[in-house]
Formats: sequence, C-alpha cells, structure tokens
Amino acid sequence: MAIKTEPFVVNVGPQHPSTHGVFRMRMVMDGETIVDMEPVFGYLHRGVEKIGETRTYTGCIPLTDRMDYLSAPANNLAYVMAVEKLAGVKAPERAQYIRVIMGELARLASHSMAVGSFLNDLGAMATPLVYMWREREKILDLLEMTCGQRLTSNYMRVGGVSQDLPEEFTPAVKKFVVEMPRFIDEYDQLIKDNEIVLARTKGVGVLSKEMAVSIGASGPVLRGSGVKWDIRKSDPYAVYDRMQFDIPTGTAGDCYDRYRVRVEEMRQSVRILEQALAQLPQGEVRAKVPQRLRPPAGAAYGHIEGPKGELGFYVVSDGSVAPYRFHIRAPSLINLSALREMVIGWKIADAIVTFGSIDICLGEVDR
Amino acid sequence: MAQNGEGSRGFGLGILKGFALTAVHLFRRRFTILYPEKRLPVPRRIRGTELVWYVDRCTGCATCAKTCHQGVIKIVTSGPEGNRFHVDKFEVDTGYCIFCGLCVEACPFDAIFMSTEYERGKYRREDLVMSKEMLMAADKHPSAYYHPQPVPGVALPEKVPSIEETW
Repeated sequence: MAIKTEPFVVNVGPQHPSTHGVFRMRMVMDGETIVDMEPVFGYLHRGVEKIGETRTYTGCIPLTDRMDYLSAPANNLAYVMAVEKLAGVKAPERAQYIRVIMGELARLASHSMAVGSFLNDLGAMATPLVYMWREREKILDLLEMTCGQRLTSNYMRVGGVSQDLPEEFTPAVKKFVVEMPRFIDEYDQLIKDNEIVLARTKGVGVLSKEMAVSIGASGPVLRGSGVKWDIRKSDPYAVYDRMQFDIPTGTAGDCYDRYRVRVEEMRQSVRILEQALAQLPQGEVRAKVPQRLRPPAGAAYGHIEGPKGELGFYVVSDGSVAPYRFHIRAPSLINLSALREMVIGWKIADAIVTFGSIDICLGEVDR
Repeated sequence: MAQNGEGSRGFGLGILKGFALTAVHLFRRRFTILYPEKRLPVPRRIRGTELVWYVDRCTGCATCAKTCHQGVIKIVTSGPEGNRFHVDKFEVDTGYCIFCGLCVEACPFDAIFMSTEYERGKYRREDLVMSKEMLMAADKHPSAYYHPQPVPGVALPEKVPSIEETW
C-alpha cells in the first residue's frame, strides 16, 4: 500500500548551529531527501559597495577588510590592484613580494579555517577546528606583527603596502615555513584515511566540470571539479610569475576532492612563501601617491586568486576623490550559487557537509 | 569501506590514527593561556583601542579629522596663534572607531598614535567618547604603528599648512 506523502519545507538557518553565519537554506523535502533548495542570503548586508562611493580611495581599504574577514590582506590586494590599474601607479618590487607573502599567509589562514570548520560540519565537534586554529593563530600573530591587527589588516595601500615588514617578521615567518608542512600532514592524517570522513564525503555533493564552469565557480570549488584554473597562473599579478608552484586539481568534484585541493594548496602556499622569502629584495615599499588620490576618469578591474576563488574589484572613476561605482565580484557568493545543484537528491546532513565544503564567508556573500 | 580504496588496509585504522593524534596532544605544550591572570605580550605595532594624542605637537590642522572616513574625530580650532591653531575641542568617539589607523598615517606632525591598550570595556556608550581633557590626561602608551617611534619634542613647522598642502 502506497502512503500518500507531500513535500514539506524546512528552513535551515538563518540562526542554526551548523550553518556558517547567517545563511538560510530553504529546503523542500521529500521525507529526508532534498527535492529542491533555495539559498536565502542578505542577512549580513551592510552596503559596502554603496558606502564605498562616499569614501576616498584609501578610505575604502578598511571596508574590504570586513568582507572576507578570514583573509583580509587578500581583499586589500584585489582592491588596491584595481585602483592602481585605474591610476596608473606601480608598486615597488619589494612591495610586490610583501604582497605575495601576505596573500599566501592569508590563504593558509583561510584554508586552515575552511578545513577545520568542514570537519566541524561533519560532526567532529570542535576538536579538529581547534587544531586548525592553533596554526591559524600563528599566522594571525604574523599579521598582527606586521600591520597591527589580527583580522582587519588594512595593510595594502595604493602603490605599495602601508609600512615595511618589521625586522622580527622574517625570522618568525621562516620558522613558520619550516613548521607548517608538519602540521599540514597532521591535519591530513585526521581525514585522509578516516573511514567516517570518507563515507560522508566521497561522492557527496558532486559538481560536474561543465556545471562548475557554467556557474562561474572559482577557487577550490572549480579546481575540485577538475578544471585547472588559477588566476596566479593564467593572469599573474604581483610577482607570481617568478614563483614555482603547481595547481592541485581534483577529479570527481565531490566534497572530498574540494577538501584535498585545499590541503594541497596549503602545501603549495608554503612553497611560494619559501621562494618569496628567499627572493625578497630590499628597497622602497610604497610609491609616491597623493593621499587624496584622484584617478583619471575610467574603469578598471583588478582580480586575484583569493583563498575562496577569483576575487575581483571593478572600480569606476569619474575623476573625483571617491569611486563613482564600486563593484565586488565575491567568490563566495558565486560559489554558493552552485550549492543548489550539489545538494538536490541528498539528505539534510549531506547538505550541511556540502555547504561546509564550499567554504564561504558570509561577510563576503552579503557584503 | 573497502570500496573507497584508501581505507582498505583495515576498517577503523584511520579513526584510530585520529585518536592517536588527539592523544599526542595530551603531552604537548599548552597553546593557550589563562587570560586575566596571564597576558601575552602585544606586538609593537598593535593598533590598540585608545588614541594617544600629543597636544604639544598638534597644530590643529585637522588632517586626521578629514582622513577619518568614520567621522570619529571632531576638532574645533581657533586662531591661528603663530604657527599653530589653538585646539578648542578634540573629541574621539571610540565607539564608532574601526581602528584602521589612517588618521595616524595622515598626521604630518606625529601628534597622534595608536596605543598598545586593548581593554576598553565601558558600561555606557557616552563613556566611549574621549574628550580633549581625557586625551591629555591619559597615560600614553604609543604603539609603533606607522610612526616607528614617538619623537620627543619634535620641532614644529614654521607655518601652518593650508588644507591644500595637507591633502
């Protein structure tokens, strides 16, 4: 005898212990299987793009810190690159190297947080997350040493960086580079062979190569699906063209592959850090740029390979002190739009894992 | 989970490895400290929560107030007297301050600094507003953010910079 059932709607979030931040998944369920899912976001909207239009070009830099607060230097970098393109300023070579170092430190911090919270979503309550935080703490200490704050770094400036590295930075980061690979292996040990993790993540939340490309996904989500695409290689900025590194890719496009890509990227980041430290030249760190910058009228797009994907800033100038238009291509938002494709047909618990594997930062999604 | 391949050596070994890692942590040096009793040293460049203001170096040019995009610094001047303005009012609303440090970067006379203090809990919002008198009387713990070291008794410039010059 067939029992007559009808789909019902479950709201996961906006305040829910297993979602990251204030995000709501409106799921249409058939029993425990997801039939349809609608992501609802905007709870953290602060109008960064609009506020940016009222501020000077330098005054917008602290705003970008507050988007993806897990990797603030990367956000600063993408923004100042757009403004530099607009104003025709070039940062000195030492500043370019410092930018690479800071960008990779931000990537390590963001990925360790991503891996930790991914395991947290799997149900490994807090313990792995705290292991990851231990390493992240060292990176945040390095950031604090350089720019004075742990999260809101506000370090990059148009035409360079705000100030030179302190003398205690280089020994500290050299020590970190030696220690970090061992800790990455440790993280890997927690997951690589763990039967529960494999059962929960292998083959779950598959995003096909074609779908990833057509949605416009970037970063580990795209590379996990097997597309070899990295802005650091395809459109090298700063001094990435002088660095030797590989682009790790997955094959299946499932949650496990996205996790593997992140861990491999952390190893590559350490490699880049080693090279950047070895090549770091002496010299100026900031080009002469007027404090009240008035770039000529025009538009520029600066993009970087942020920890979460292609982070781009489109800045339009009308020749005044404030940007005329300020648009952000936030990788978290665009990767999040792939969530619906990944979770349909899976159970709620798998949807949480898939959501964790995308690694979004709500500050950047809603901005 | 033999079909997964990687766990084929024996079911449960991977989980035991994870437990082994946790057991190792029992013997590791503790990474945290008990905060109110013990404190970590703050880095030299920390952008702390209290603005340090040197009235003797301030010429009242208000570059800091113009740079502050949060509108935190309020400054009222009269004068000029000689090579400086008289600062009648210098108010910092730390409740709105985001501690970006751009005012410190902009000050042409090294008159303001970020501080190394970080405990600024208050019971009322009004207590977060620091007036000129409070800033003058406060214990000064300048941080090395942007200005490498505070320069004692730095000579004042000959003439007051105009708005065009400071911007």
